[in-house]
Amino acid sequence: MKKLPPWGWAVIVLLLVLLFNLVKTPGFFEFHVRDGRIYGSLIDILNRATPVLLLSLGMTLVIATGGVDLSVGAVMAMTGATAACLIAQPTNSPLSSINVHQSIPQIIVISLFVALLCGTFNGMLVSWLGLQPIVATLLLMVAGRGIAQLLSNGQIITFQFPAFQAIGNGGTLGLPNPMWIGVIVACLFGLLVRGTALGLFVSAVGSNPIAAKNSGINPGRVKMVAYVLTALCAGIAGIIGTADIQAADATNAGLNLELDAILAVSVGGTFSNSGRFSIFGSVVGAILMQTLTTTILTRGVSADATLIIKAIVVVTVCLLQSPEFRNLFSKLGSFVPKKSGGVA
Amino acid sequence: MSRANLQAKLPVMITAVVFLALYLGAGLHFDNFLTLRVFFNQFSTNSFLGIVAVGMTFVILTGGIDLSVGSMIGCTSIMAASLMKFHHVHPLVGLGIPLLFGILIGYTQGVLVAKFSLPPFLVTLAGLFFCRGVALFISQETLNIEDEFFKKSLSEVSFHITDKATVSVPSIIFILVVAVGMFVSLRTPFGRNVFAIGGNRQSAELMGLPVRKTLIGVYTLSGFLGALGGAVFTIFTSSGNATSATGLELDAIAAAVIGGTLLSGGYGSVFGTLLGVGILGVVQTAIAFDGNLNSWWTKIVIGALLMAFMLVQKGIERAATRKVTV
Repeated sequence: MKKLPPWGWAVIVLLLVLLFNLVKTPGFFEFHVRDGRIYGSLIDILNRATPVLLLSLGMTLVIATGGVDLSVGAVMAMTGATAACLIAQPTNSPLSSINVHQSIPQIIVISLFVALLCGTFNGMLVSWLGLQPIVATLLLMVAGRGIAQLLSNGQIITFQFPAFQAIGNGGTLGLPNPMWIGVIVACLFGLLVRGTALGLFVSAVGSNPIAAKNSGINPGRVKMVAYVLTALCAGIAGIIGTADIQAADATNAGLNLELDAILAVSVGGTFSNSGRFSIFGSVVGAILMQTLTTTILTRGVSADATLIIKAIVVVTVCLLQSPEFRNLFSKLGSFVPKKSGGVA
Repeated sequence: MSRANLQAKLPVMITAVVFLALYLGAGLHFDNFLTLRVFFNQFSTNSFLGIVAVGMTFVILTGGIDLSVGSMIGCTSIMAASLMKFHHVHPLVGLGIPLLFGILIGYTQGVLVAKFSLPPFLVTLAGLFFCRGVALFISQETLNIEDEFFKKSLSEVSFHITDKATVSVPSIIFILVVAVGMFVSLRTPFGRNVFAIGGNRQSAELMGLPVRKTLIGVYTLSGFLGALGGAVFTIFTSSGNATSATGLELDAIAAAVIGGTLLSGGYGSVFGTLLGVGILGVVQTAIAFDGNLNSWWTKIVIGALLMAFMLVQKGIERAATRKVTV
């Protein structure tokens, strides 16, 4: 049997879910054009998958270098709060002294700068101080939400700014903007890891940091790049989220999305310390997560079941990838005599 | 005390000093902070955090992590409440069935980690989703428990130490769990295996220690203590809520780390975790006492404390390795 690529199982499960919908959910594959926009379940899935997709792109690199980034949800909250404060100019916010006069490029640059700072902070803790990634990023996960609340003075900041809102809920060429952003960032990541040496470095650091160091790679710098890229992705996701709901909610923005992203990456065949990672797998993983959610909702099953089903699917896909699990099955299979078996 | 012994005890000693400094500092700053009543209240309000933190300490000592304990509390508390409210079972049965559920989930996680070598954070993350899903599936509303036996002999019981200071059932369970946890980690073969696996899993395997069994045992223990934390939470609040204790797993990890347990495993103590829980409790109470500080300062202060402790640990670690290499 030819060996499946790491993302193989995720693709198979995604196809199975789609097949299930083809048979069971009428209208799942239909598209409508209204006001120059294309609507349909599939478009909706891709649109809603964007935040998790963005997070999982960066998370892939972080997990491949043997780490994990728990702070992405909090970084989303911080960038979202920054953007909203710059637009709405609330009086009690520490950011009220900065007036960007509703310039969208400035809003985006300043918000992403906040994300960049967060990523650098995580990267410094992990690569320079050598802290365990789980706790190093736990710091910002706990404190970050506090900082986001500090920025917005504990309130939900709302604003009316149609040009900025278009980032989250507008459309271009008939397709929603978040989807375009997701596609563009995913392609950039693909180019970055396959077109430059970064992908090779990440694999090297992930599989054996000492060997990587001896062959002239600086593991610290590679990890730093991974954490900064992840935070930037989280920043973009945060801006999209804020623009979509025209508000910044420091407590709930991006809540638990770090978990979705980690699950998406793992389902996509990226495991820590293996040096093996797949950007494509993570994209499939993120879409699979959203397809599951949408399928469950359209089937009329209560939304709570989503969590249970996600957990079961993730454990199953990861088990299928685990060598021990396959050995167990080949052992069971060996009771049946095969063409070249141990039956003497 | 020998030099090596001193170095091993240093993180816990630093934690103890910080705890005392914070406690006395808050006591000098606020009136009534140093009373026995506030002291014993700390045990009640932090009982479920403390119980799951003991389980977390064992898991971290093996070099793993258990992210499912927070949602385990939510899940078991709503399960217990719904069993008592809708199925009218006896409170002891109503609290017992969730404990079995916790053991089962913990065991499953242990098998996935130990037997199939899946990463602990991934397995327990799936566990987090699963438990929260089950909890929301049972009920999305807060269920109040009206059972007479439950009220008379569990939730409304308190033992007076002085006329104002009382000890509740949750705090007694908490103290018992800490005592048993200390005994198991220091005086039993299981405890020694836990330290051995965390120190160096390969060596432990080569020594013939039951690595897989111990790992499964550790995750089962953490699942059980998560469910026990849920039972205590139910007793403490006299109700069940599916979304309660969200993010508590991170507080438990923070408590263990502040208490001097190394996340790479093999090094730490249940007693240190007790001090860690104490520090988190004092910070929270002090911010509540102040009244002017917003609740988000709790998060920022806990984050800053966590970071400070990790830097201290790193410093000690580096000093120790330098001495070995020279």
